[in-house]
Amino acid sequence: MTQTTPLWEVFIRPRNGLSHKHVGSIHAADEVLALQAARDVYTRRGEGNSIWVVRSADIFASDPDQAGENFEPTADKVYRHPTFYDIPDDVGHM
Amino acid sequence: MALFDAVLELADDHLVLGHRLSEWCGHAPMLEEDLAMPNMALDLIGTARTLYDHAGRLEGAGRDEDALAYTRGEREYRNLLLVERPNGDFAHTMLRQLYFAAFMEPYWQAALSSSDSVIAGVAGKAVKEMAYHIRHAGEWVIRLGDGTEESARRMQAAVDALHPYAEELFEAGAETGVLPSREAVRPAWEASIARIFDEAGLRAPSVAYPQTGGRQGLHGEALGPMLAEMQALHRAHPGATW
Repeated sequence: MTQTTPLWEVFIRPRNGLSHKHVGSIHAADEVLALQAARDVYTRRGEGNSIWVVRSADIFASDPDQAGENFEPTADKVYRHPTFYDIPDDVGHM
Repeated sequence: MALFDAVLELADDHLVLGHRLSEWCGHAPMLEEDLAMPNMALDLIGTARTLYDHAGRLEGAGRDEDALAYTRGEREYRNLLLVERPNGDFAHTMLRQLYFAAFMEPYWQAALSSSDSVIAGVAGKAVKEMAYHIRHAGEWVIRLGDGTEESARRMQAAVDALHPYAEELFEAGAETGVLPSREAVRPAWEASIARIFDEAGLRAPSVAYPQTGGRQGLHGEALGPMLAEMQALHRAHPGATW
């Protein structure tokens, strides 16, 4: 079935004001059936009020082999975090 | 008593179709439908429970929802022949669901203004559930009808097999002024089916001899074994709770 029925990634928004969050994937022939399948599989317990589906093949992902060069260089740059800076007491609340 | 009988007919339709759909659990052609069909079954069984409870109170003979669902035999069931039809292939199941939901959605719309507050309450919830069942089943009917040669052949075979059972939807049965007229729902049902068949490339056969009898308790041979399985636990252990 995986060969003939495309895979879709499902994103659900739990409530207004929050962002859609990835919850899993489903198989479906097209976008209409994908939304129905997502509704039936992932919203059975009141998980949300909006669904996005995206064809898995349309997602371009970073290469795990490049994880080192992508993400490790940030590890020693503590000055990028606001907590790195001492705020003088007389500044008050920022 | 007339209202008791009318509510019981509705409850039986929902329980029998709900049980039929639940038979797919663990056997559906794909995981997504393995969840979708029990979801729809639970909608129907939930409605059936409220209706049986209501019927039991109307009757006033001390029968609760379990007594009505589990201790009546085949001849006492008043459901449509359509809903007891065996699941067949996926095309048969989706078509049966479409025929029923396309009838119940406008029926519940009309029931929203019923003078019976339980019926109006059930209608408020069921109208949304039936709208989804029409969409879910309808989209499958369109894709199978307008799909491959094989899927189109099997979808049309389902239409040819089940269409003779459609007319019974509009049969008067034990109706009272408290519930909507079934005949009045016909134009909405026909419009839904025509729209979907048009997109699906399906033809409704002309039916010389509509199949009826469910409202009189005259059922096909498939209902008995289904009830036997559904009622076995309760009959072996009456009053058991879990």
